[in-house]
Amino acid sequence: MSLANSLRSGPDAGGHFGAYGGRFVAETLMPLILELEAAYEASKQDAAFQAELSDLLKYYAGRESPLYFAQRLTAHLGGAKIYLKREDLNHTGAHKINNTLGQILLARRMGKTRIIAETGAGSHGVATATVAARFGLPCTVYMGEVDMERQKPNVFRMRLLGAEVKPVASGSRTLKDATNEALRDWVANVADTFYIIGSVVGPHPYPAMVRDFQAVIGNETRAQMLEREGRLPDLVTACVGGGSNAIGMFHPFLDDAGVEIHGVEAAGDGVDTERHAATISKGTPGVLHGSRSYLLQDSDGQVMEAHSISAGLDYPGTGPEHSWLKDIGRAKYFAVTDREALEAFVLLSKLEGIIPALESAHAVAHVCKIAGQMKRDQIIAVCLSGRGDKDIFSVAEHLGEKL
Amino acid sequence: MSRLSDTFARLRKEGRAAFIPFISGGDPDMQTSLAILEALPGCGADIIELGMPFSDPMADGPAVQASSTRALKGGATLPRVIELVKKFRKKDGKTPLVLMGYFNPIHAYGTARFARDVAAAGVDGLIAVDLPVEEDEVLRLPAAAQGVDLIRFITPTTGEARLKRIVEAASGYLYYVSVAGVTGTKTFAESDVAAAIARVRAATSLPVAVGFGIKTPEQAAAIARLADGVVVGSALVNKVAEAESSKSAVKAVTELATALAQATRAQSAKVETGFV
Repeated sequence: MSLANSLRSGPDAGGHFGAYGGRFVAETLMPLILELEAAYEASKQDAAFQAELSDLLKYYAGRESPLYFAQRLTAHLGGAKIYLKREDLNHTGAHKINNTLGQILLARRMGKTRIIAETGAGSHGVATATVAARFGLPCTVYMGEVDMERQKPNVFRMRLLGAEVKPVASGSRTLKDATNEALRDWVANVADTFYIIGSVVGPHPYPAMVRDFQAVIGNETRAQMLEREGRLPDLVTACVGGGSNAIGMFHPFLDDAGVEIHGVEAAGDGVDTERHAATISKGTPGVLHGSRSYLLQDSDGQVMEAHSISAGLDYPGTGPEHSWLKDIGRAKYFAVTDREALEAFVLLSKLEGIIPALESAHAVAHVCKIAGQMKRDQIIAVCLSGRGDKDIFSVAEHLGEKL
Repeated sequence: MSRLSDTFARLRKEGRAAFIPFISGGDPDMQTSLAILEALPGCGADIIELGMPFSDPMADGPAVQASSTRALKGGATLPRVIELVKKFRKKDGKTPLVLMGYFNPIHAYGTARFARDVAAAGVDGLIAVDLPVEEDEVLRLPAAAQGVDLIRFITPTTGEARLKRIVEAASGYLYYVSVAGVTGTKTFAESDVAAAIARVRAATSLPVAVGFGIKTPEQAAAIARLADGVVVGSALVNKVAEAESSKSAVKAVTELATALAQATRAQSAKVETGFV
């Protein structure tokens, strides 16, 4: 959508959101991402493509997802009304399927016959392996060894779905390194391979394309809120690692001046320690994985390791559009520690019977901090980006229980 | 005239290709790296590509990744790599030196300050692997103002229209990537490289160096018959990886560099180079 005086018209033709974004990739990949951009632009105008995607979102992924009024959490916190956008109820248990369905249709449209992906928590890997199985395409998922250890159920799921999970032993052995390895695979297999990036990161057109596929979250929330409450929420919030569920939630609200927007990063042990993943809150602008954005880096421009209890937020970069939204002040970014996220994980399970993903628990923890300070007639919509089944082993360990 | 253009002009008269070794600055430590750097011209290096180590070298294969990691562990930083160049220049005023790496450390250093400092240190060219033509102005313009060339890439995926755009603002030489892939993994097919170089030569009179898959003296000789420069990196840094001491690293790298240089010279002396 290209609107004058709109915050929703970015990026520019070069893929820039203000000073962020762009295309910082090896020359070998440039023709591919230009081809992808052309195919993506064409798909937007293609009624048959859009109809196929809508059909899959509805009958395969199970959209639309409910906007659920969390009555007991609201009463417990004693302030604003809290609604949960239930992306955890999608097929594969997270918002990731919205994007992988869109990208695999593009891969087919472009005649690509092999799928690769990177994954942190494994949610994107599972969502990619799922759509690859659905369309009968071979799939290789790169995953850091550290993440494979803390997300064993998802590793098994991917293999069950027929994907090859390749352990990545370089660097910090987490999402950043898995992304490097996926890029290396892509540059070596340019003719037949489609790289399904899982977040609003990477070179243009990925940040815009993934956002557009995830904007279904915010579009539905907006319509559902108008139907339930007859008005827009006062605040929308979501967790931010790369930031795909967050931008999907935020983007449709960017031009609604009355809607406050809060992104929630992972503070790990705390933002003033060396162990956190609060890229936007504590990082500086830099270039990694194809775009310019906030980055955790040292003074020499070496990328630092991020730390979070949540593998999905354990990334030293973030989406360029988030960096831009921070700089222009349209969105505010906060950080939640491992401990606070764990408390919210347990709280939501006990009060609402909903076990959230550890990633989503960061957003819930932020709501726990602010809802009580808001008025009872105010409304918060929080994106519950995924379910927590994948996290029960690591949470049990942190709570001192052996499964 | 710059050191780079002087060198290619001289080699053209001699009728041979340039041998261009790559090593990572500071691999495995600053002192050993300086010893290797100082030894390379004596081995027959016509131009040297010196790597600026980066934590996330996503266009590199395992060999250069490991060398980058060793260098960073050994305390390498961008300022120290620039210091390395200054020390090298105290003894060698004529071998062209090109810094190669990823954009983020340069971005963190500041592009204008970087261009000034590397020019003052005696650097002749820059290669930023993840700065395609769409994004390279931010470095190309300040570098050009200091008389430093930004070397651009052409790859097997580069089409005709894009090739024209790349050569338009290119200077120094062009770097042809012989295989679609990361450094030091796949092996090129000679006929593909020959066809690609013919295509590049039709579009530009700049010298063309070839790299990304050349490991042995035989392969270097094959490329020397076709191109104006032969770049070898992974095979050389592997010698550092295998060495048990600083001294044996210098010895192993210089032995291989000498063999590669000799193979390059022997082959290319027999043919005319293509650029005019």
